[in-house]
Amino acid sequence: MDTSRSYKAIFILLIVVLAATFILNISLGSVGIPLKDILASIFGGEVSKASWDYIIIDYRLPKAITAVLVGSGLAISGLLMQTLFRNPLAGPFVLGLSSGASLGVAVLILGAGAFGGAIGGLLTSEWSLVIASALGSFIVLLAVLAVTLRIKDTMAILIIGLMFGSVTAAVVAVLSYFSDAEQLQQYVFWSFGSLGNQSWSGVLILSVCTVAGIAISFLVSKSLNALLLGENYAKSMGVRIKRTTVVLIITTSILAGGITAFAGPIAFIGLAVPHITRQWITTSNHRILIPAVLLFGSIIMLICDVVAQLPFSEYTLPINAITSLIGAPVVIWLLVRKRKLLF
Amino acid sequence: MTSEKEHIILQSEGLSIGYFSKKKPQVIASEISFNFSEGILISLVGANGIGKSTLLRTLSGMQKAIGGNVLIHDKQLRSYHPIELATLLSVVLTEAPTSKNLSVLEFVSLGRQPHTNWMGNLSVTDKEKVLRSLTQTDIVDLKHRHCFELSDGQMQRVAIARALAQDTSIILLDEPTTHLDLYHRANILKLLKKLAQDTRKTILFSTHEIDLAIQLSDQMILMTEQGTLIDAPKQLIKNGHFNDLFPADTIFFDSDTGRFTIKN
Repeated sequence: MDTSRSYKAIFILLIVVLAATFILNISLGSVGIPLKDILASIFGGEVSKASWDYIIIDYRLPKAITAVLVGSGLAISGLLMQTLFRNPLAGPFVLGLSSGASLGVAVLILGAGAFGGAIGGLLTSEWSLVIASALGSFIVLLAVLAVTLRIKDTMAILIIGLMFGSVTAAVVAVLSYFSDAEQLQQYVFWSFGSLGNQSWSGVLILSVCTVAGIAISFLVSKSLNALLLGENYAKSMGVRIKRTTVVLIITTSILAGGITAFAGPIAFIGLAVPHITRQWITTSNHRILIPAVLLFGSIIMLICDVVAQLPFSEYTLPINAITSLIGAPVVIWLLVRKRKLLF
Repeated sequence: MTSEKEHIILQSEGLSIGYFSKKKPQVIASEISFNFSEGILISLVGANGIGKSTLLRTLSGMQKAIGGNVLIHDKQLRSYHPIELATLLSVVLTEAPTSKNLSVLEFVSLGRQPHTNWMGNLSVTDKEKVLRSLTQTDIVDLKHRHCFELSDGQMQRVAIARALAQDTSIILLDEPTTHLDLYHRANILKLLKKLAQDTRKTILFSTHEIDLAIQLSDQMILMTEQGTLIDAPKQLIKNGHFNDLFPADTIFFDSDTGRFTIKN
C-alpha cells in the first residue's frame, strides 16, 4: 500500500528516545551509580566498584531488556488483535488473553500443591510457567475466535473477554481457598506483574517468544493491510482468511502468553500503545505501524518501569498498577478528544 | 454475441444459486445462463430478497454454486487459485472499509495486492496504475484525504478506483448507488458506463435504479419469481418482462416511458 509520506525522521527520533530511556532506566534505582560507570559496565569498560557492575549486569540490564521485550511484544499483540477483530478496543488484556494466562498460571502454581513436593517443584520451573500461560491464553483466544466466527457483533467479543476475567477470578478464588499461604503469595506476586528478578536464561526464553512473534507479524503485514478493508474485500484480493486468522491467533498467544508468563499480567500496554502510536504515525500501513508500535511500546514500558521503581527509594511498585494508571487515562483522553478511536 | 465468441469473459451455464442449510441445498434461483463479452455494462435487477447478492457472491467465488458452471476466460471459476482469480475479478461491496483511518491513496493502492510481492511493495507500474485509476474516477484531488472525511458519493468512487487498480477484466459491484441522491446515482452509473467503454472491462452491477439501468446498460439480468431473464434492456421492455419484476398490485411498468408508475 502506498504511504503518502516518509516517516524516516520520526523513526530516527524514536530510536534516539529509546536509547535515551534505556540508559535512563538503567541509571535509576535504589543505588545511585554515575552515568560514566553505567556506560563502562554495559560496554565492558572499567567500573569503579565491583558491586555496581554486579547490579547493572545481573539486575538492571536484564530488567531493562525485559521491559523492551514486554513493551514491544504486548503492543504488537494489541495491534494485531485490533486489526483482526476490527475493534479499536481489542487488546490482550481486554479480550481476556491475560486472564487466560493467569488462569493457566494459577492452576499450575496453586494446583501444584495437590501434586506434592517433587512433581510440584518440577511443574513450577521456568518453562512450565511459559507453557501454562501460553496454553491459557491460547484457549481463551480460541473461545473468542469461535464467538467471532458465529456472531459478527464486536460487543459480544468484549463481553466474552470480561466473562473470562470473572471465570479466572472465580477459579483463582476456589484454588486459593485450598492452597497454602506460600503458593498463594507466589501467585499474587506473579499477578502484580514484574519486570525484575529475571535470570539471563529467562530473558533468553522471553526474547525467543517476542522475536518470533514480531517476525511473524512482519511476514503477515500484507494480509493485515488487506484486512483493513474487511474480510470480504481481503478475500476478493486473494487473502486466505482462515489461514491468516489462525496465524494471527497463534502469534498473539505466543506474544501475550509468553510475556504474561514471565512478567505477569500487564494491563493497557497492548490496548493503548497502538492508539498512542497512531497519534504520530497517521498511516494504517502495517509495514510502518509495526516497527513504530514496537518502538513506542518499548519506550513507554521503560518509562513505566522508571516510575515503578521509585528512583532513589527502596520501594518498587507493581508494574501492573503503573501501566494501568498511565494507560487508562490515555485511552479516556483519546476517546474524549477524538470522540472515537480510529484504527 | 456469439459472433464475439473469442471475447467472452464471463460465462454461466445452467447455474443454480442458493445456500447449503443442514447439508440440504436451498435453491434461490436456477437455470441462469449467459455469455458476457468484454467492454459491456450489465445491470442486475430484481426485488429485495430475490437473490441478487447471492448471484454476485457466487460469481465472485465467495460462495459455492449449487449447480451449473461459472467460467471466467473459458476456465472454471472454482479451478482458479485465489490470487490468480484476484487478478481477473474484482469487487465493489456495499460494506464500508473496516478501517476508516485509511487514506484514499492507501485504500486504492491496496487494490494492487494480488500483483505485489509478499511484502506488498509497490513497483513503479503499480504506482502508475493506482494514479490512473484515481484519474479515471476523478478523485486525484482526494488522494491524501482519510476515508472518514469522505461523503458517500466520494467513498463510492474510491471503492470503484480500488477495483480499477486491481486491474481485472471483470468488476462486480453490489448496489453501488445505495445511500446516494439522484444526481450522484446517475453520476456513478455514467462513470461505470464510461469505464466499460474506455477500459473494455466487463462490469456487472446490481441496482434498484431500474430506470437508470435501462438507459445505460448493454445487458440486463432480470431476476423474477418466474425465473431469470438476460437480454438487452430494449428487448426486455418489448417482451413486457418488467411487469414480472414486482407484484402487480402497487406499481406497473409503462413501456412507453420506460418507467415504473404507481397504480391508482
